[in-house]
Amino acid sequence: MAKDTVRRARRRLPLEWLGILPFAIFAVLFLILPTMRIVIGAFQTADGSFTFQNMLDLNTPSIVNAYWTSIKLSLITAGLGCAIGFAMAAAVVFGGLPKGVRSPLLTFSGVASNFAGVPLAFAFIATLGPAGLITIWLRTEFGINLRGMGFNLLSFWGLVITYLFFQIPLMILIIIPALDGLKREWREAAAVLGATGAQYWRMVALPILFPSLLGTFALLFANAFGAVATAFALTGPQLNIVPIKLFAQIRGDVLGNPNLGFALAFGMIVITVIANTIYIVLRVRSERWLK
Amino acid sequence: MSFLTISHLEKAFGSNLVVKDFNLEVAKGEFISLLGPSGCGKTTVLRMVAGFETPTSGSITIGGQEVTGLKANARNIGMMFQAYALFPNLTVADNVAFGLKVKGVPRAERESRVSEMLNLIGLAEMAGRFPFQLSGGQQQRVALARALAPSPRVLLLDEPLSALDAKVRVSLRNEIREIQQRLGITTIFVTHDQEEAMSISDRIVVMNAGIADQVGSPFEIYNRPTTRFVANFVGTLNTFAVKVEDSAAGKVRLGGALLTLPPGLSAGMGAEMAIALRPEALRLGREPGYETVIKGWIEEVHFMGSIIRLRARVAGELVVMDTFNRADQPPPVPGTEVEISLSGKDAIILNG
Amino acid sequence: MTRFFAWFALIFGCLYFLLPLVGMTEFSLKMRRGEYSFDAYRRVFEDQRFWDTFGYSLALSAATIVVGVLLVVPTAYWVRLKLPQARPFVEFVTLLPLVIPAIVLVFGYIRLYNTSSVLPLTGSAFGTDFLLTMGYTTLALPYMYRSVDTGLRTIDVATLTEAAQSLGAGWITILARIILPNVMVAVLSGAFLTLAIVLGEFTMAALLNRPAFGPFMQLLGANRAYEPPALAVIAFAITWGCMGLMQLVTRLSKHERAKA
Ligand SMILES: Nc1ncnc2c1ncn2[C@@H]1O[C@H](COP(=O)(O)OP(=O)(O)OP(=O)(O)O)[C@@H](O)[C@H]1O
Ligand SMILES: [Mg+2]
Repeated sequence: MAKDTVRRARRRLPLEWLGILPFAIFAVLFLILPTMRIVIGAFQTADGSFTFQNMLDLNTPSIVNAYWTSIKLSLITAGLGCAIGFAMAAAVVFGGLPKGVRSPLLTFSGVASNFAGVPLAFAFIATLGPAGLITIWLRTEFGINLRGMGFNLLSFWGLVITYLFFQIPLMILIIIPALDGLKREWREAAAVLGATGAQYWRMVALPILFPSLLGTFALLFANAFGAVATAFALTGPQLNIVPIKLFAQIRGDVLGNPNLGFALAFGMIVITVIANTIYIVLRVRSERWLK
Repeated sequence: MSFLTISHLEKAFGSNLVVKDFNLEVAKGEFISLLGPSGCGKTTVLRMVAGFETPTSGSITIGGQEVTGLKANARNIGMMFQAYALFPNLTVADNVAFGLKVKGVPRAERESRVSEMLNLIGLAEMAGRFPFQLSGGQQQRVALARALAPSPRVLLLDEPLSALDAKVRVSLRNEIREIQQRLGITTIFVTHDQEEAMSISDRIVVMNAGIADQVGSPFEIYNRPTTRFVANFVGTLNTFAVKVEDSAAGKVRLGGALLTLPPGLSAGMGAEMAIALRPEALRLGREPGYETVIKGWIEEVHFMGSIIRLRARVAGELVVMDTFNRADQPPPVPGTEVEISLSGKDAIILNG
Repeated sequence: MTRFFAWFALIFGCLYFLLPLVGMTEFSLKMRRGEYSFDAYRRVFEDQRFWDTFGYSLALSAATIVVGVLLVVPTAYWVRLKLPQARPFVEFVTLLPLVIPAIVLVFGYIRLYNTSSVLPLTGSAFGTDFLLTMGYTTLALPYMYRSVDTGLRTIDVATLTEAAQSLGAGWITILARIILPNVMVAVLSGAFLTLAIVLGEFTMAALLNRPAFGPFMQLLGANRAYEPPALAVIAFAITWGCMGLMQLVTRLSKHERAKA
């Protein structure tokens, strides 16, 4: 009798797992194997034997600089995106603005967070580029020459300004529901216990929001770190950031060593995995009080 | 000498006047309940005392200090909310310590105060837990401890028991009352549960549409309601149409009998009016010492343990009467004809 | 004080977001010297490659949506119904595309499925289109899965299934006739989001060398002055349209729920 149930359970288990077989096959073929291929390739020579040389070869000024610029770009756009998006979301949720502002802002954020890539670059070229609306307006009306002041859209800071166009709305979309989740009672309880607004934010609201803030930051970081299209359409292949470098490598083996390409891509995986590990660890630690 | 004085308090949201000329004097250590139907402005009054809403006009003073213009965090008030007001990211101990911490109380003092408070509410062993690990009743007790820890001048409670189940509600309300009396803290308690208000209050304010209809002890509110609203809202009423025979002597005619009402009759000779009797003022059977006996037919019998609630039809009207359970005397069954004794001295006069 | 800050933050944000939109619109109208005209748009619409690439991307979006729905709906359903223990694995996989950059993934595809491999997908146009569709499906996976899973949470999967089984329905029937209609709103909003993502996608299409709308826009951008902002306006309108449809679907369904 008992034996029978065991046998039946054993037989049923794989059958039930069959239900997600198509999904598993898809995941293996188009997510896991391609990633493994990169990881393995990064430690292979051209004829397939194991080597660490590719890793060591990454240590050229150009590649190190590309990683450094990419990380900086991702950190800065994620940080600014979080800060500005948070300010705008807080303004709408707590700032006593008219109720009519909220829904258009959410709709617009939905659109803007998806308006990335090539057309976004065009929009900024038309606005802040050499012949852009603002550039020309500043020059003709105020005699201010942006270029002369050292501003160049096709540069690091130009890229920062452009990336913020999808980073900020993403933050707004994620954080507004989180801000809505802050109960009025918490703020009032803090106030009646004698806390100032700042003390309430420091001791209650921010710790509660921390997991969401952290998660959004990680998402924005990955979002910027892997973005190719905007940067490519904006600056062409010249800006030295990792995704652009990898793009050029895949197209034309500019590094002159296919396995160095694997190493470059592997580096990207390592960085996003590290970023996400930090995120998960911090999140687990900050969520002790959650169900 | 009143400790908390609310005078001519009004609050309008836009053109909607929610609190109208509200006056109240609360003595030090007194437990006052605001009782009234949903939407009558109880919470609004409480929130003005706490400092979350600015009164449209009127003033609030606590211990001789005018606080009307003071911010909530400068009033030194304790408040307990309906539910879910504990800070979810802080442990029980940190929640209780919050008010002391923002005041800059040194750590050692803080800790001893926290353990004192947790002992007071009997949750000392839960100090390290987070709110989600507590039951609803435990959470509300921690909320009480948190409100009391900074030794507030006044304690405000806005329906703190309404999210709890019936049993916990009763035990916690007694606990609140006991702690309140032990600390001698002036308390305003908002509820729409009349039984709750009557069982724990020194005085009750019955509110109706933003107005304090009547202020008095539970006994006064129940037995001598001054308005028809209070009479109807608090407890159950049976109303009888009567005709005034002698207004100076308070004599009215109910059917064939003459009743003598308590003082306070204002209607003139020959006027038609209504008097009301509580369910327990009607006695089943022919009882000595009662002024009259009327006939009725039992329609429903609800056995509730120590009391039995009967519904009987008397002259076309349904009346409710309560009798005590007696083991030697089963209650009447529906359909039987019964005699009901009543007296004019138990009546509540419903003037308009 | 707070309100002042609130207005400041809002106005600052609006300026930042509106200026590029104004900029691109204005620029796209400036093709004719000295006056505003729609010349740039006419040029774009007269370009056969615009229609070809747009049609291609549209077709691929449709394929992606179909594959995504076929993949996600049964899986999410099955995980809810029978395999809650598989949830961590499935959720991990659906979040992977947010962690692994698309460019890395497509690099892996190119190396894994090249002409000399066991599965030489990149050897033929059809094979490459298939590969690209799969790539797009991974991009859409996080959104599609979350949307559908949230949709499934609001219905009682187990009871519906048992009811259907007691009436003799098979798995295919249950999925197609019971579950899918119940999560239609979630599927549709996932679908419109997928459309918005896939239509303008650049990296994967460019690296797989397929004539999609994204690479076409990039090409035009490198060679022309006035058509790119016109394309940007068009792309923005398309994104707005997709998001608008997404909201419309959600709102309509809420109305229906309220009525029922
Ligand atoms: N912020 C506000 N803006 C506009 N109207 C309000 C606001 N707060 C309360 N009101 C209105 O004021 C009236 C009184 O509300 P209040 O919350 O004081 O009632 P309450 O007696 O506490 O009722 P309940 O028993 O349901 O809690 C209600 O009609 C309510 O709609
Ligand atoms: Mg209330």
